[in-house]
Amino acid sequence: MRFIFKTHYDQDIRLVKHGGQAFWYALLVVVMLVAPWVVGDYWLTQLSFILIYSIAGLGLMVLAGFTGLASLGHAAFLGVGAYTHVYLLSLGWPFLLAMSSAAALAASVGVIVGLPAMRVKGIYLAIATQAFGFIVEEVFARWEHVTGGNAGKSVPGVVLFGFDLGSGEGFYYLCLAVCVVVTFGVLNLLRSGTGRAFIAIRDSEISAQSMGISIAQYKTLAFAISAALTGLAGALYAHKLRFISPDQFGALQSIELLLLVVVGGLGSVHGAFLGAIFLIAMPQAIAVSKDFLPPAIGQASGLQGLIYGAVLVGIVLFEPMGMYGRWLKVRAYLQLFPFYRRGMFKRQKAFTKSERLR
Amino acid sequence: MTFLQVLISGVSQGCIYALIALGFVLIYKATETVNFAQGELMMLGAFAGLALMEVAQLPFLVAAVLAIAAMAAFGVLLERVAIRPILGQPQFTIVMLTIGLGYMARGLMTMVPVYGSETHAMQAPYKGQVWSLGQLVISVEQVVVIVVTVVLCALLYLMFNKSRVGIAMQASSQNQLAAYYMGIPVQRLNGLVWGLSAAVAAIAGLLLAPWTFVHVNMGLIGLKAFPAAVVGGFGSLPGAIAGGLIIGVIEAMAGLYMPEGFKDIAAYVVVLLMLVIKPNGLFGGSARKKV
Repeated sequence: MRFIFKTHYDQDIRLVKHGGQAFWYALLVVVMLVAPWVVGDYWLTQLSFILIYSIAGLGLMVLAGFTGLASLGHAAFLGVGAYTHVYLLSLGWPFLLAMSSAAALAASVGVIVGLPAMRVKGIYLAIATQAFGFIVEEVFARWEHVTGGNAGKSVPGVVLFGFDLGSGEGFYYLCLAVCVVVTFGVLNLLRSGTGRAFIAIRDSEISAQSMGISIAQYKTLAFAISAALTGLAGALYAHKLRFISPDQFGALQSIELLLLVVVGGLGSVHGAFLGAIFLIAMPQAIAVSKDFLPPAIGQASGLQGLIYGAVLVGIVLFEPMGMYGRWLKVRAYLQLFPFYRRGMFKRQKAFTKSERLR
Repeated sequence: MTFLQVLISGVSQGCIYALIALGFVLIYKATETVNFAQGELMMLGAFAGLALMEVAQLPFLVAAVLAIAAMAAFGVLLERVAIRPILGQPQFTIVMLTIGLGYMARGLMTMVPVYGSETHAMQAPYKGQVWSLGQLVISVEQVVVIVVTVVLCALLYLMFNKSRVGIAMQASSQNQLAAYYMGIPVQRLNGLVWGLSAAVAAIAGLLLAPWTFVHVNMGLIGLKAFPAAVVGGFGSLPGAIAGGLIIGVIEAMAGLYMPEGFKDIAAYVVVLLMLVIKPNGLFGGSARKKV
């Protein structure tokens, strides 16, 4: 068990709390940096996907996990980012400018979606974002001279400051760099006043409001930040896929993003990464396990949907804090070794936050 | 003439939306949770009817009644096993849970050999028949949808206003605690409401099945029933019916008068407008939350 003896207020908001954390995160960075020399092309691709999904997951985490606004249409922002980026590249814009414009456009779309969000909440917001997602998907399919319609659009290679990053390694480092920047951005956001306002809004709108937080302003800001990050991920996602079409940004993708944050653990930055690993590893695990299952089950096409659904149901019923919550429990068990008690993380019965008016 | 034709088809499509939306609203009023798997319940109901007709060789009506009863029992079971343990958690949790349940239902159904992966036509006795009134050609399936919806609404109205169970359900949806103090078994009623809503979903599925087809993804129509429920006001039963009809007709008209592509998103545009203009829906009533 580690006791942190606090002698200074800054220790409360320091990013790295103690030496152990510094060691493990430094090790992680080193591992990620040397990965291209160790793993093969295939695994490098999967790693890049994990990084991209982590960025998108961080985006949704800011909104769903920290501000408490559930979005069922987040794939739309991924799509806006991807299409904007590709379209601007095809106009001959430089890479970084195109990518930041993609994030900016996604953010402004996020603000537009955030406008109804100020008036509605809970389930209505979920439906509004879902409706928005469907509309955007249809726009991608119909606005052919920009998006290429249902036929899809191929994505040009990555050229950054004259260097060709089209290779697996180059692109991996690009994703890693963006991911690190975004992660630090989100971590810093969360320890700033703005991030605390988000969390206050999540926990109780009325209390937040009475503490002088402008709900409308911060909700819109949360939407904008979340959409911008997801748009950024979309730009990278387009490059990774090399070919984009509207159905990659449909309702299914939105649900997958939601699955990512819920499985990873709502309300934790780690959760976005764990969820991304889950989302990428799961299809692989299913593909491997198909060889061991009887063909009647293994070859059935519904297996993946069934497993996703079962994981989602299982997480909601038994581990509401997701994979990160489970890790916290394991860690507490190890740290306290013989003294862990079963009730330590017992779920507190929250009373229903009724949206009914009487 | 085309207008009338399209109007009738829009109204009957709207009736399907209305029935699914009715399922949402029943559950929402009773337990303040939203069942994102309502469309999947409808799909399961249609498949149950199909299986009873094709495997057990039962006539359509018998199969339909059995399927509805089976789905009602399934709804009660679902509430007991999956929903009741997490009541009291934030709404979003239950949204995720029901999305997961929907995925599971679709995945499981796809995995059923022979049946799951194919598209089936349900051989109702009235399938494919048409009435022609002058230039107007009305398919009987659409008429059946409209008639059954009207009858069902009347029955539900009677149930909620005349029977003891219905009045108890109203009471518990208005104020659970007070209902509990009056000796109403609120939890058991919530189970019954889930059963009722699953039965309504099964009826919608059985009505839709002869008209279109039975397949695993037919439940996705449930996504269009959300707009219906929102337009009508999420907490209002007549609102769900009205909302469903409005969405159905607007969609049909968008298909007739607007460029291609607008038909598919008309419902979503309407719901976004509705949420901006009148978030409580047409019948939602307006009240302010007291702190």
